Amino acid sequence: MLSRVADSIYWMARYIERAENIARLVEVNLQLLLDFQDVDDNKLKEHWDPLIRSTGDEERFYSKYSKATSESVLEFLTFELENPNSVLSCVFNARENARMVRDQITFEMWETLNKLYLFLKSGRARQLFEADVHEFYQQIKEHSHLFQGLALATVSRDEGYDFLQVGSYIERADKTTRILDIKYHMLLPSVTDVGGAVDVTQWTAVLRSASAYEAYHQLYVADVNPAKIAEFLIFSETFPRSIRFCVQMLNECLHRISGCPLANYSNEAERLCGRLLSELNYGSVEEVFQEGLHEYLDRIQDRLNEIGGSTYKAYMFLPPVDMAGEIQVQQQQQQ
Amino acid sequence: MHFQNYTTDDFFDEMFEAPGKVRPHYEMLAERFSRLSDEEFEEKRQAVDLSFLRAGVTFTVYSDNQGTERIMPFDLIPRVIPGDEWDLLERGLKQRLEALNLFLHDIYHDQKILKDNVIPPSYVLSSKDFRREMMGVDVPRNIYIHICGTDLIRDDKGQYLVLEDNGRCPSGVSYVLENRAAMRRAFPNLFPSAGVRPVEHYSEDLLKMLKHISPVQDREPTVAILTPGVYNSAYFEHCFLARQMGVEIVEGRDLVVRDYKVYMRTTKGLQQVDVIYRRINDDFLDPSVFNPDSLLGVPGLLNAVRAGNLGLANAIGTGVADDKVMYYFVPRMIKYYLDQDPILPNVETYLPSEKQDYDFVINNLDKLVVKSANEAGGYGMLMGPWATKEEIQKFHDDIKKNPRNYIAQNPISLSRHPTYCGELGFEGRHIDLRPYIICGDGIKITPGGLTRVALRKGSLVVNSSQGGGAKDTWVLYNQ
Repeated sequence: MLSRVADSIYWMARYIERAENIARLVEVNLQLLLDFQDVDDNKLKEHWDPLIRSTGDEERFYSKYSKATSESVLEFLTFELENPNSVLSCVFNARENARMVRDQITFEMWETLNKLYLFLKSGRARQLFEADVHEFYQQIKEHSHLFQGLALATVSRDEGYDFLQVGSYIERADKTTRILDIKYHMLLPSVTDVGGAVDVTQWTAVLRSASAYEAYHQLYVADVNPAKIAEFLIFSETFPRSIRFCVQMLNECLHRISGCPLANYSNEAERLCGRLLSELNYGSVEEVFQEGLHEYLDRIQDRLNEIGGSTYKAYMFLPPVDMAGEIQVQQQQQQ
Repeated sequence: MHFQNYTTDDFFDEMFEAPGKVRPHYEMLAERFSRLSDEEFEEKRQAVDLSFLRAGVTFTVYSDNQGTERIMPFDLIPRVIPGDEWDLLERGLKQRLEALNLFLHDIYHDQKILKDNVIPPSYVLSSKDFRREMMGVDVPRNIYIHICGTDLIRDDKGQYLVLEDNGRCPSGVSYVLENRAAMRRAFPNLFPSAGVRPVEHYSEDLLKMLKHISPVQDREPTVAILTPGVYNSAYFEHCFLARQMGVEIVEGRDLVVRDYKVYMRTTKGLQQVDVIYRRINDDFLDPSVFNPDSLLGVPGLLNAVRAGNLGLANAIGTGVADDKVMYYFVPRMIKYYLDQDPILPNVETYLPSEKQDYDFVINNLDKLVVKSANEAGGYGMLMGPWATKEEIQKFHDDIKKNPRNYIAQNPISLSRHPTYCGELGFEGRHIDLRPYIICGDGIKITPGGLTRVALRKGSLVVNSSQGGGAKDTWVLYNQ
């Protein structure tokens, strides 16, 4: 497979996964507002700030908007094309990458992505957003689910498929760390609120943001407990959005691409991924809290970035052709 | 839908012999459409447009600063060509392509046709697409034009004429296949009984030809399509063909040349490429010999061709046969190389660079169509009878300065075809036809081709970049 193509497939998968996660995150937090009493400017700021911070775009946001209100945050995370992490930017980028590799993905996947793109470009998207914001985000999520389902159902299990999965799982693991991290950024009004109604609501929102509400409750029934939630989202071996599960899959994909046995590694990406996986396999939530949840999640994010970077170096990085040099060499060979 | 108010206005009409009198090969179609209500027709039309948009069957328009993607307007009434008529076209096109390939081989080798003064040597040597770098180079199987899109028109008597040969990178074939697929969806019951020859094997023929010109025959060759990239107006088509053939689509930056061989840069290192179907013009193909500023091409590609390590379709240097001045000489080529008379005639053409034509052209600009020798896409043209004084004056000056760069033709009253024109119902619109010819192990022509239609009333310009549309083209089996 062409290196350039692997790169585009990887980013296409990341962007569509990112669009879906942002849509879910925004929607859950919007719903959460309904549970609040006496919403004033301060409360709103406390509510939305963590979201902006978790996506890492705080600076960009405040250079454009003075206040974090529902309107400004929604606009920024949904439609703002100057924000490369807005839903719209992600979908456009996913589609642009898909366009470059149209011969490598199935027609069904392309059409799904293109439909979503055409919908977002049309006036209908805005209308729906104004009229029924939840339905709007639902559309984004549905298209993303359809896209991923079609990938499962229509793509041959070859190298291209593996790069698609690498992109999806890196992005998904990263987003789970960020969703969990939101809780860290939410400042509780007072100590007495810990474990209180607001706290429970917020932790529930975290679960919902990760599509983990049902899965968690099957395991722990109604016990909404921060330690258990963190444990579930970080260490669950079976839940498909937990960090451990994603890294496990990532590790398998990387080894399928190289053909190297799972117990070994043949490049830096595999080495880093294997090390992160064993840390997750043998880690405990007690250790996480000892280190500090936020610090721990930060570290995981860095590790994921490193894995992404070394995957790029191993397979996709093309040292740019030195045109002048090439031309000179070729002209000499013509003599 | 009905054709009661349809008038032919003294043009040659493809569907109607005379007002109200449908030609026999259109009868079934006329009957089928007459059973369709206006609403049904409109529904089908919108469904087809939407499916094109959703599938991304689009081309990019550069005139907008964003490079907007547009679908080519598609007209639901197909153009029908009876089997015997097609047989004639097929013979004529084959003859023409054979002669062109012999011509290209000749001028890049012995130049007999020039030595025998059948074509004045200066015309070939002054053509900006004559590539001296290809002199004496042997290309696989001696084929130069592997894919040819020859534009045909019909005059006021229904006579087919060749308008031009596109022997560089003719585009549009993806629309032929997509249009047919759209028609099958819109009229699922129409096809089984219509006796229409299929077009779907085009990609198979194309791949077979590409493998045929592989320099290595003892292993399965690696084939790739070379595209300028995602921003090229025909990028959709490049992807479409790559997908249909199951070959790689590559950009210049994916390729390097080492030791006279072409390699693509893959996740597993360099992999040799044996055959390239290039959709980049010569000028941009190899910056080490042609345009050094091109970032689209691959330095050393020509070296690989000359070393015999790469099959390239179309070969470098075919543009000289595309030069409109050379078009004038194609009948002579046919006579010279094949000792035959042309089956498909040219449009009557004048060369201002020839003494006997110069005065006539200069004095009759208001009655002639003038084309510059190397422009395509409907650009660089003067339509004398419809032009302003300023336009005529400009061409007058330009021709005086550089007569070699122009040809002039009598305006042809292009045939018309009933075309859906919104509230106006069906009206006659001018059309042309671009069949796609593949030259590999023998010459194959996909039955049909791209029928382009000038959607604006009275307009003769059918290019998609100038607002033209397309029709499905049906070639019937012989009765």
